[in-house]
Amino acid sequence: MVHVSMAVNGRPASGDVDPRTLLVQFLRENLRLTGTHVGCDTSQCGACVVHLDGRAIKSCTVLAASCEGAQVTTIEGLAANGKLHPMQQAFQDNHGLQCGFCTPGMIMASIDLVNREGQNLDEAAIRHGLEGNICRCTGYHNIVKAIAQGAREMAAAATPRAAE
Amino acid sequence: MGVTAIGASVKRTEDIRFITGKGHYVDDVNRPGQAYAYFVRSPHAHATIDRIDTSAALKSPGVVAVLTGVDAVADKIGVHIPAWTVTSKDGSPMKVGAFPTLAHGKALYVGDPVAVVIADSYAEAKDGAEKVVIDYGVLKPVVDPASAAKAGQPQIHEFAPSNTVYNWHLGDKASTDAAFAKAAHVTKIDLVNNRTIPNALEPRSAIGEYDSGTDTTTLYSTSQNPHVARLIMSAFQGVAPENKLRVIAPDVGGGFGSKIFIYNEETVCAWASKRVDRPVRWTAERTESFLTDKHGRDHVTHAELALDASGKMLGLRVRTIANLGAYPSLFWSCVPTYLYGTLLSGQYDIPAIYVEVDGVYTTTVSVDAVRGAGRPEATFVIERIVEKAARETGADLAEFRRRNFVTKFPHQTPVIMCYDAGDYGAALDRALELADYKGLGARKAASAAKGKLRGIGFSAYIEACGLAPSAAVGSLGLGGAQWESAEVRVNPTGSVEILTGSHSHGQGHETTFAQLVSSRLGIPMENVTVVHGDTDKVQFGWGTYGSRSGAVGMSALSKALDKIEAKAKKVAGHVLEAAEGDLEFKEGKFTVKGTDKSIDFGSVALHAHLGHKFNTQELEPGLKEGAFWDPTNFTFPAGVHICELEIDPDTGVTTIERWTAVDDFGKLINPMIVEGQIHGGLAHGIGQALMEAAHYNSDGQLLTASYMDYCMPRADDLPSFKVDTVETPCPSNPLGIKGCGEAGAIASPAAVINAITDALGHEDVTMPATSQVVWRAARKTMTKRAAE
Repeated sequence: MVHVSMAVNGRPASGDVDPRTLLVQFLRENLRLTGTHVGCDTSQCGACVVHLDGRAIKSCTVLAASCEGAQVTTIEGLAANGKLHPMQQAFQDNHGLQCGFCTPGMIMASIDLVNREGQNLDEAAIRHGLEGNICRCTGYHNIVKAIAQGAREMAAAATPRAAE
Repeated sequence: MGVTAIGASVKRTEDIRFITGKGHYVDDVNRPGQAYAYFVRSPHAHATIDRIDTSAALKSPGVVAVLTGVDAVADKIGVHIPAWTVTSKDGSPMKVGAFPTLAHGKALYVGDPVAVVIADSYAEAKDGAEKVVIDYGVLKPVVDPASAAKAGQPQIHEFAPSNTVYNWHLGDKASTDAAFAKAAHVTKIDLVNNRTIPNALEPRSAIGEYDSGTDTTTLYSTSQNPHVARLIMSAFQGVAPENKLRVIAPDVGGGFGSKIFIYNEETVCAWASKRVDRPVRWTAERTESFLTDKHGRDHVTHAELALDASGKMLGLRVRTIANLGAYPSLFWSCVPTYLYGTLLSGQYDIPAIYVEVDGVYTTTVSVDAVRGAGRPEATFVIERIVEKAARETGADLAEFRRRNFVTKFPHQTPVIMCYDAGDYGAALDRALELADYKGLGARKAASAAKGKLRGIGFSAYIEACGLAPSAAVGSLGLGGAQWESAEVRVNPTGSVEILTGSHSHGQGHETTFAQLVSSRLGIPMENVTVVHGDTDKVQFGWGTYGSRSGAVGMSALSKALDKIEAKAKKVAGHVLEAAEGDLEFKEGKFTVKGTDKSIDFGSVALHAHLGHKFNTQELEPGLKEGAFWDPTNFTFPAGVHICELEIDPDTGVTTIERWTAVDDFGKLINPMIVEGQIHGGLAHGIGQALMEAAHYNSDGQLLTASYMDYCMPRADDLPSFKVDTVETPCPSNPLGIKGCGEAGAIASPAAVINAITDALGHEDVTMPATSQVVWRAARKTMTKRAAE
């Protein structure tokens, strides 16, 4: 067992874990933050995307023990003071989700995309930026629209690095 | 808060929990004392299981139990049963057998579960599985469906000579032969409908929990139809009596058909929890999903279409070999027969049709329903051969279809189905306009000028949804029924709970069902809660697949609401001291006609529960009604999709430039949700056409068992879609709904391949038309053009 401690959604979180424990397992099983999903366990589908020290990573291929002292943000940590993050709101506004399973990873990856590429994303840039995330339900059409709106509203809210 | 109308694109209620990470999927459930299951799977496609030694595994740290097929047989657990009996043309029943829930004696596909290790943690279960020693006697596999029935192939099952499940046929052979005898032109085509893997993004997952105090078992399961799972596990699989088994399917992360079926792993979790007296959980790793989720499609087909001199269709002849995989599966027998052959008339008035389907066993995982289930395969045949016939006879693609459209309804096809309503010409006109068909020539020239090949492809599909009139499907072999149930419980404060036998796994029922209640009872949507997916709460239901939740599930709800309104009217009459006949119900209020005396629905609900204003011996207190609704016909969504794409002959890269979809789904409850269903279906079908394929090698190893090897469509593989609808209300249900869940996946593969073959100028292209396939095909085109 190894002891890990990190900040998850702004709160301290620690535990003794088997050294092979992945970050996603630590989040889901130790902290019961089950919003982060495992769709493929091989870092192909992106359902497990969280932010680690401000960058999007696939939590199914990161060892929890390697996150000692890190700042982790999950989908549960996005809404602040009862108000949805603009990207969350944009996914609802544009029907950018159906079964909801890929959605947390999609939203976390989308915010990271805007943070990296800026708010003026055209359709091609959004589609390219989603290369690490799979959705089987939506055909991506409405996800692309959602991200375009989310990017605009992140700019308007002047919170380009919201939730980090 | 106001009332939400039918037809309003209201945002979805369920979204809030999904976008905030508060969804509640099976793998999110944790039970006290839970143990973890890991399955030991056959590495061979076809092998005898000669010996299993579990002794080392049982000594492995944390291991609680190891169960094998011997235990399953001893406990009589398992037995796969197909729900639909298909009869061969010689009158003999299909060849099926019963199997335990863990392989016993033989393993029949790579991934076949042979043993299960149950341990305190998942890692310990996996470590223990490494120590299970199994001696296999490797046998020759049977992989290729086209040759599975031929002499010299090993026989997979003793009960199925020539590896044949059935030799089925439908239609009139003599009249079809006669039509071909008088044909002016016959178009022939050979097609392979590639095998696909459903890939719901949520892997299958189960938790079995046995309570020895009450002798009951609860199974949390990623199911599209929890009541059917309970019925089968009780009636056929020996898990527990129906009243002692509760199946809960909470939020489910996509189904696409793959979560209809009753799988070994779910049954094992329920069974094993009693054996070890602890909750037992399992979630598939993605490679397990690839190996064991039931696959789709996998047809080899030859088809012929007979035309008269004016281009009118005279007859259609189709011969298909359908790969059904190793084991019988729930809907496996009807998918390539009654859900395929019956749709081969397409949108066309074809006087004579004859179809033969040979279902064959192979040593691969079973092939069953995947989004569309038989109807995509039928559309691929009819829309590919129609396009080819138009080209061969020099006809315009649109006008050739129009000349042959069914225009009078009801229309009885030669293959069972009776189309009830439609306007195929209207959809075609609108699609031609939206796709700017007239401007195609200029766009082709522009592509050619930059060295690219541009093509256009049509698909005028029809499908059958709203499964289905119970007696009708019963007469064709279904061992179950296809009605749906609904219950409406009105609370004293006027809020409402709906309990439905439909199951939502992305379709948005919590929104659309609430919309219907809001519009009917005149109460705000937030006062309506939709309950589904729990056999302890909801009365029996047949679940969600084949776009049956709107047409059948909501029709049941509509019928229950009729009863609520009728009872509420009686209560209102007593409160207002008016005759029932003098009351009208509008906008949530009962009003005495011609007066200003009225009472709102919420007050009626309270009075119904108080029972102070009426004689409760004559009129029961309370306000709760249930209904079962059995459809009178299938519904027949139809539409025209036009794909326009550009091929780079140097790289084989195919880019979809325009996608136009004009569909007739009858009345729409929530157009936003309908459009989303189209988008998703299109991605699924375009994925099949351009990139997705399950590939087994000659040893029966699945080479495409990860997202590195199985190419799922990603955002930059797809365009934005132009979608529109035309509307002919469905006459077969009270809401006029047809259904939209599968349409995109049904329509699109033919449109894509028609467009590619148009761009290339020849037919030598197979699905999936990957860049490599298209590059090779484009070589042929460019060589031919250079020679001209």
